[in-house]
Amino acid sequence: MSIEARFRLQKDRFTLDVDLQLPDRGVTAIFGPSGCGKTTLLRLIAGLEQSPDGQLRIGDHWWQKDGQSLPTHRRPIGYVFQEASLFPHLSARANLEYGVRRVPKQQRKVSLEQAIELLQIGELLERMPDRLSGGERQRVAIARALAAGPQLLLMDEPLSALDLKRKREILPYLEQLHDQLQIPILYVTHAPDEVARLADHLVLLEQGRVLASGPLDQTLSRLDLPLRKDEDAGVVIKATVAEKDSRWHLARAQFDGGSLWVKDSGLPLDKPVRLRVLARDISLALEQHPDQSIQNLLPARIAEIVSNDHPAVALVRAEVGTTSLLARVTSRALDSLGLKVGSSVWLQIKSVAVLE
Amino acid sequence: MDSTDLSALSITLQLAGLTTLILLLLGTPLAWWLARTQWRYKFLLEAVIALPLVLPPTVLGFYLLIALGPNGPIGGLAEALGGRSLAFSFTGLVIGSVFYSMPFVVQPLQNAFTAIGPRPLEVAATLRAGPLDRFFTVAVPLARSGFLTATVLGFAHTVGEFGVVLMIGGNIPGETQVLSIAIYDHVEALEYGQAHWLSGGLLAMSFALLILVYALNRRFAVVKP
Repeated sequence: MSIEARFRLQKDRFTLDVDLQLPDRGVTAIFGPSGCGKTTLLRLIAGLEQSPDGQLRIGDHWWQKDGQSLPTHRRPIGYVFQEASLFPHLSARANLEYGVRRVPKQQRKVSLEQAIELLQIGELLERMPDRLSGGERQRVAIARALAAGPQLLLMDEPLSALDLKRKREILPYLEQLHDQLQIPILYVTHAPDEVARLADHLVLLEQGRVLASGPLDQTLSRLDLPLRKDEDAGVVIKATVAEKDSRWHLARAQFDGGSLWVKDSGLPLDKPVRLRVLARDISLALEQHPDQSIQNLLPARIAEIVSNDHPAVALVRAEVGTTSLLARVTSRALDSLGLKVGSSVWLQIKSVAVLE
Repeated sequence: MDSTDLSALSITLQLAGLTTLILLLLGTPLAWWLARTQWRYKFLLEAVIALPLVLPPTVLGFYLLIALGPNGPIGGLAEALGGRSLAFSFTGLVIGSVFYSMPFVVQPLQNAFTAIGPRPLEVAATLRAGPLDRFFTVAVPLARSGFLTATVLGFAHTVGEFGVVLMIGGNIPGETQVLSIAIYDHVEALEYGQAHWLSGGLLAMSFALLILVYALNRRFAVVKP
């Protein structure tokens, strides 16, 4: 079971040409700058746009093949648009029920009650859409898509029309979706933060072509992608809380190959967390220096070195066990420390963000 | 009001009611298609539909008379099928009125459908609604103020027609004589009292209808968030 999507679409001067194999579980982020074709790709998968010789298979079902294409209303999807797009003539409850009524009972993977509970919109049900705030509308829209019992949830930048406060209001709900539901989600975004928080798999699009497609941690640590040029380049590590130091309000997050101390925000033991470590927050040392303030020191092996756009700066991929981290250092520092691929180093990690 | 005036009133209301009904049945799919099609020559059809807005009613009436008469294509067909020619008949009046009032129904509907935009229909499709389902559960409710405007304008405009009716309906009391023509007859005969009654009645009715439209339109409007 997996998702296979092959599309070619010519639109004015823009060409979308993709051939993707995607996992049928977890969140797949489709990431890229505006105009790269991510929304078009999502619309093709929904059947809202047509690519005549496209092919689309979801699990065992062909949705498009050999010129035959299921119309949108026969595809068991949920679609969350950029703007909430609630039906303005229907109350929040009637909006939710619109989809539910049209789906046979045995196909409903998520019940209406479950969707209402998950997005906590019980209080809002009797209101008309114009009486809801932007964030509330988007929550109702997400619940509406879920309640229609989709086998595939498509989300087109569901947060981008919201201000920062509303974004923060909705992100936890999306994380809940990710943790609690067994529905694969294709999530279009241009926000690195949302990718780091939500994605398990990352598809990188640029000018209608797929630059990369792979598991999040592996793709973020690749040095052959334009991602590395980003000021916020870095990796996301999946870890679990293994130990707590209550005196100093710290928690130790264990991952494959090592562990990092992070601020304890009341994390329970064994809770899975995502750690985001930026390349600019890591420096390299030849020896473990105990007489310094940085708490997180990891022994690592340099696996790859590339120079960034500016020749003064280099990016280093270092492996800790099977986990890769990126460090941004000056080329001069690499030279004076005599570091090259295969060298053993200590990573000094100044800051770790806990995402879940 | 004498009995001819009463029958003129009855004929007028029947004509306007029937014309509006036919126009809503024909005009809705036509307006829907016009609002959604990418056909490059759609402007030609739009111009044809809008013709009655600018054409003198007598011109339209003249051509309809020829078409509906015994030697015209439509009238000839009716005769061949065993009926009588459609000129100077109530049926002929209905056909003429449908053409004459068409822009008043099609244009508000087309505008209302266009204003909905593609998004609500796409949303409905992702929620498993088929094309007809989408039309009746999303497009029609969202265009409801367009339907109200179309109905009232279609009806009121048919009530007010004169030239077309005179040309193709003649002026047969009890059969094709409508109010606007009855008024004209009264004025010709210097029966100003009766002309006052009918004119005042029409004025009051038209005004009341328009007040209704504007008042309802506010309450009817779908508030977009």
